[in-house]
Formats: sequence, structure tokens, C-alpha cells
Amino acid sequence: MSDLKPESPARLIPPTPQSSLISTPISRRMLFQGTMSAAALAALAACSSGSSSSATASAGTAASGNVTFGSNQSDAVPKAAYAEIIKSYQAQSKVTVAINTVDHNSFQENINNYLQGSPDDVFSWFAGYRMRFFADQGLVGDVSDVWKNVTGMSDGLKAASTADDSKQYFVPFTTYPWAVFYRPSIFKAKGYTAPKTMDDFYRLAAQIKKDGMVPLAFADKDGWPAMGTFDQLNLRINGYDFHVSLMAGKEAWTDPKVKNVFSAWAKLLEVSQPDSLGRTWQESAQSVQKNEAAMLVQGMFMGQQFTAGPDRDDLDFFAFPEIDSNIGTDAIEAPIDGFMMAKSPKNAAAAKDLLAYLSTAAAQGVSVKADPTVIATNSKADTSGYTALQKKAVEFIAGAKHISQFLDRDTRPDFASTVMIPAIQTFIGNPSDIDSLLKSIESQKKSIFTS
Amino acid sequence: MPETTARLAAPTAPAGTRKRGRPVRRSGKTRRLGRGDRITVMIFVLIPSVIVLGLIWLPAIASVFLSFTKWNGVGPLTSDSIVGTLNYENVVTNYPPFWPAMQHNLIWLAVMFLVATPIGMFLAILLDKEIRGTRVYQTALYMPVVLSLALIGFIWQLIFSQQEGLLNYVTGSTIDWFGDQRYNLGAALVATSWRQVGYIMLLYLAGLKAVDPTLREAAAIDGASQPQTFFRIVFPVMRPINIIVLTVTFIESLRAFDLVWIINKGRNGLELISTLVTQNVVGEASRVGFGSALATVMLVISSVFITLQLRVVMKEER
Repeated sequence: MSDLKPESPARLIPPTPQSSLISTPISRRMLFQGTMSAAALAALAACSSGSSSSATASAGTAASGNVTFGSNQSDAVPKAAYAEIIKSYQAQSKVTVAINTVDHNSFQENINNYLQGSPDDVFSWFAGYRMRFFADQGLVGDVSDVWKNVTGMSDGLKAASTADDSKQYFVPFTTYPWAVFYRPSIFKAKGYTAPKTMDDFYRLAAQIKKDGMVPLAFADKDGWPAMGTFDQLNLRINGYDFHVSLMAGKEAWTDPKVKNVFSAWAKLLEVSQPDSLGRTWQESAQSVQKNEAAMLVQGMFMGQQFTAGPDRDDLDFFAFPEIDSNIGTDAIEAPIDGFMMAKSPKNAAAAKDLLAYLSTAAAQGVSVKADPTVIATNSKADTSGYTALQKKAVEFIAGAKHISQFLDRDTRPDFASTVMIPAIQTFIGNPSDIDSLLKSIESQKKSIFTS
Repeated sequence: MPETTARLAAPTAPAGTRKRGRPVRRSGKTRRLGRGDRITVMIFVLIPSVIVLGLIWLPAIASVFLSFTKWNGVGPLTSDSIVGTLNYENVVTNYPPFWPAMQHNLIWLAVMFLVATPIGMFLAILLDKEIRGTRVYQTALYMPVVLSLALIGFIWQLIFSQQEGLLNYVTGSTIDWFGDQRYNLGAALVATSWRQVGYIMLLYLAGLKAVDPTLREAAAIDGASQPQTFFRIVFPVMRPINIIVLTVTFIESLRAFDLVWIINKGRNGLELISTLVTQNVVGEASRVGFGSALATVMLVISSVFITLQLRVVMKEER
């Protein structure tokens, strides 16, 4: 209730787009609660976040009517896959779904305004801290009801969908691993073997260099791809628990443990493709595709840069090599994409019904067939149609003990984008000055995490 | 409709006639304006005032206010959100991209002012000589102004690209023009100057065409050389155009944003205050308070330059 009181000062400053949006959700929520109060006065008195009252609305009633679905899948292939999923959903329910597709990056950049404006009932988002960040601020709807009937999702997935209040706000859909990708045909022709440890890796890199190829492709023009390399190194050097704690702002970036990561990275940069700050991730994937570079640390989505058929079949990956034998390689990175529900959906029952459908193996099966660089999160999904790469990804993720999301999904979005992107780019530009860089990250982290 | 505006124009332009006798004119003015006229004038004054106030002044003041808060764009502002000058302290001492951005903005202004604009003026003078094919040159030089900055970014990408770029192909170098922080500001400035030159050229050419030819003739008869004629006679006569050129240069430099955003979102050597504001306020980051502090810094810098410029203009007009 406390958040309703200071509503008026915010209204005094109408001009910025952000502030003008405030009044809308609050008044709409009040309106919503007002309607509810006709049925149950208690709901108003409790003044809960609206989700509990909508839960009553959905109980028992069969879903029908219209529901809006906000998709960030703006590329042709996944867009068509989503259309197909919705078509099959509509065939077996009384709900009519309207899909609003928004460009992938714009969707992410506008998420704040989107959530405070009039978001679609169901929309695409990511698991982990990036989900909790918005759930904690009360900007998304509680979908714990949906989870009661979900089958085929592991406890790990449920944990990744749960916010700090132990309610679920997310329904996982697809996932993909980050690892070291390479062309098996090249490795076979040159007699290379996938390295198990970092020493093996550097021996291999020296050999590759001698053979006239770039050992490790690398790109960071857009600021985020290099975060994946940081994650891998930190997971291998300091382990999963430290990584998570560092991302949550609980560890000091000036800790020698973090310095070790950057020192190891500086060494890795010596065998990495130079001029990475002017290269997009697509270009780095293409340099593997064109056999200019032998390996690349990236997400499985890099397969999109390969043509379906023999070209893409000639792509494989191995876990990022072991650095410390006490830590091993059982922590991997596999971001989960999925869906969330608006805080006060226009049609809560139908939105939850749609979310329940999206959690099923059948729905996910359509998507993974259309885009073979992702795999279904539902364990019951039919894997017989999977490509060799997808099958390997399933095993890889199933065999992992800990799964991280990605730097910008595991920490505060403001920290990731306004501190880590410039910091990592500065490091790549000048890998020698690690101390002052870490000092700067730590002092910025303090100011952001305490605000 | 045109008649009404014509009629209105007379009473609303008393500035030039004011000197003759203020009290008399004022009473005369009130008598001459009918009721309908007065309402029309009020509407004409009111609507722009409301627009300027609502769309420019209020947001500007609000962002100054927000710069003293830690608001993240979500939920209401409370008294807890007010953090005093903390954001400014962080901007100056705890935000590494800030000082490079300040420096880049100043370099940008200097290059526009000292390189792009003089080149544009020089080209205008050359084209004013009625050399053969002057129309072709004019069109060619003005072309970039018509193109959107997105397109300009793309065109220069074709030239500056490390792998497939024209520049590296011709010179055989392997410099990553847009990716290497040592070169990318220079590369971006070349691209933006390319556009600025054409713009200034056209403005200046129009001014040159309007200069009374008898002045040059008289100068020529008196035995003045070409540079003397320009610097002693033509340039001072063109003061109004010079001021417009100056203003355009200032405005274009201070609002520099589009091109660097297209190149790499204003990171890695291309930081400008405007891109930092966008990175902080727009997007998932949503550091509205911090971003507003950056925006206020930019507002102050712009105000300094604009005030200086206005003072110069006002003084000269007196």
C-alpha cells in the first residue's frame, strides 16, 4: 500500500515520458482492484499486488476470449515458428491470440516503458536476475498457478523462474548453451583434439596459429558478446558460487580472484582475433564458418550464421577448458528464454492458459524444429527430430551441475549496460591496466548496488 | 486567409517604428486592433507559448529536478529518492566514459568550427566564381545534406570497413577505422564533416549571390586584389549569413548524436554526452536520475555556448 501514497509528487512532473507513464498503471491497478472489491472487499483491504486477486479469477473457469502476446522474435524463422505455435494453441482452446511482434533489441531497450504502459498479456523475456529485477519491482504478474500444473520442467528451471518472494513469474521455453564452437571437419583434417584443460588449449592454439588460422574468433562491437568469455573464465577460475555472488554485487571486483580472471583473459586475447571492438558477433561466427578462425566462444545461436544442411552439420562444441582442477567444468552457461505475464492482464485466465500451453513439449517442439540452434526446456519434448548439435546441447546441459544465465541476465541491467560494457571494452582496448579498471568497476558497482 | 495574416502583420510589427514616439504609438495600436484581431493575436501567441513551455521548458526543468534523485523510472518518486548532488559527484568522479565524452564533444565542436565550416565557405566562394559545371559541383556537394544520417553511416561503413572497405582496399592498410579507438573519432568526424561542408556551402553560396555586384566592381576599380575584396568587403557585408553559419555550426556540433549511435552506439572511443544520456536513460538500464544529471551537464554546456553566441550577435546588431 505504501507505494500508492506518494503518487501525487510523481504526477507533478509530467513531461518526461517515464514519469507520465507512472500514473497509468497505478490508476489502472486501482481501477482493477475497485472492480474486484465488488466481488470481495477483502481483496481491496489487503491491497495485494493484484495478482492474488486475478488468481481467484482464473480458478476453475475455462479460458476464453482474447489475449495479446508480445513477441520479440522479429526474425523471419522464429516469427513463423511462433505463428505456428499460436495456431495450434488456438485450434485446441477457445482463446483468440493476437501476436504483437517487436524488434528484438527495441523490445529489450523499451522494457521499462513497456511494462509500465500497457504491456501485452503474455510476452517474451529471460530467466534469472533479469526476470527477478522486474518481478521485485512489481512490474510483472505472478504465474505460480500455472506452475502447479506444469510437467516436464526440472527443479532447476523452476528455481530460475522464481523470484525472491518464492513465487514464479516466468515460464521457460527454449534454451541454448554457451561453449567453444568449432568445425569438426577442420579438427579432423588437421588432427586437432578438443582441449580438456587450458594447457591443452594453448598448445592447440599455438598449432592452429602455425597452420595459418586464427585460434579463437572474437567480437565485441555490440558490447555484450565478450561478456560470455568473462563468464566462462570466471566460472572456471572461481566457480559458480563466486560468480553468482559477484554478479549479485556481493563480492568486491577488486578481489584478487577477479584480477585472476582478467589476467587469464589478457593471455587469451593473445590468441584471439584482434580488432574485436569493430566486429559484430555475426562476423566472428562467419570467420569460423569461412574457416578463417578455428574456434569461438559463443552461444549456440551462432549456428544461425551457417546454412542449414552440411554447412551447419559441420559445427560442434566442447566445454570451455578446465583451468582449476578443484573447480572443474561442471558449471556451464545456458540462458533460458521464455515468457512472463503482465501485472494486470486484461484476460488473466486466458493468459495463464496460454502460458501453460507454452510450457508444454508440444509447443516447444515447433520452435526447436524451426530454429535448430535452441533446444526445448521441457524434458518431455520429442528429441528424435533434433540435429546432432541439439542432441549434444541437451546432454551438455543435463550433465551440468550449475547453470548460469549470462552476465547481463545474472546482474542488474543498469550495472551490466552502463558499467560492464564500457569496462570490458576498455579492457579489450588496453588489457595491461587491470588494477585501475577493477577499482573503477568496484566504485561504480557500489554506487549502483546501493541506490 | 492570406489577407488576415497580412493585416495582422502590420500591427504586430511595431519594433521598427517604436523609436518615433512610444506613448502615442501604443495608444494608437490598441485602438486599431479590433476584438477579433486581439483574440487572433492571443491565440497565435498562446499556442506557441504553451507548446514551448510544455515541450521544452517543463521537460528541461523536470530533468534538472530528476538529476537530484535516484529514480529508476519505475514507481512513484518519494522523498527517499532525492539524493542531492550524488549523481553529479558520480558523473564527474565515478563514471569513466564521462571525461572522454566531454573531450570528444569539444573536439567535435572544434573540428566543425575550424575545419568543416571554413571548407564549406571556401567551396561556396569557388562556386560563386561561375566556374564551368558549377551546378554539377553544387549538386554533388549538397547531396550528403539530403541523405539521412543512417544512410551516411552506411555509406561510410562501405568506405571505412576493415575487411571490405574502399579505403583499406585502395591504401592496403588494415586499420579498423570504426573499431579502433585511436581512429574512430577521426573517421566519424570525416563522415559528419562531409555533410556539414555541403550544408554550409549552400547557405554561404546563397549569401554570396545576394551580395551587390557593384561593390566588387568598385573594389576591382580601386585595385583591390581578390582576397582583399573578399575579406575587406564581401565578408563584412555578409554578416547576417555569417551569423546563421555560426549558429548552424554550434547547433550541429552540440546535438551530434545520430552518426556515432549508428556506428557503435557511442561506445569505445565515440562517447559523446548525448550518447551517454541515451545509454543511461533509455533501455533496460533506466538510470533516470543519473542520466538526467548527464543531460543537465549538457544543458549547461550548451547554454554557455549559446549565451556567448547570443551576446556576440546582440552586440553586433546594436
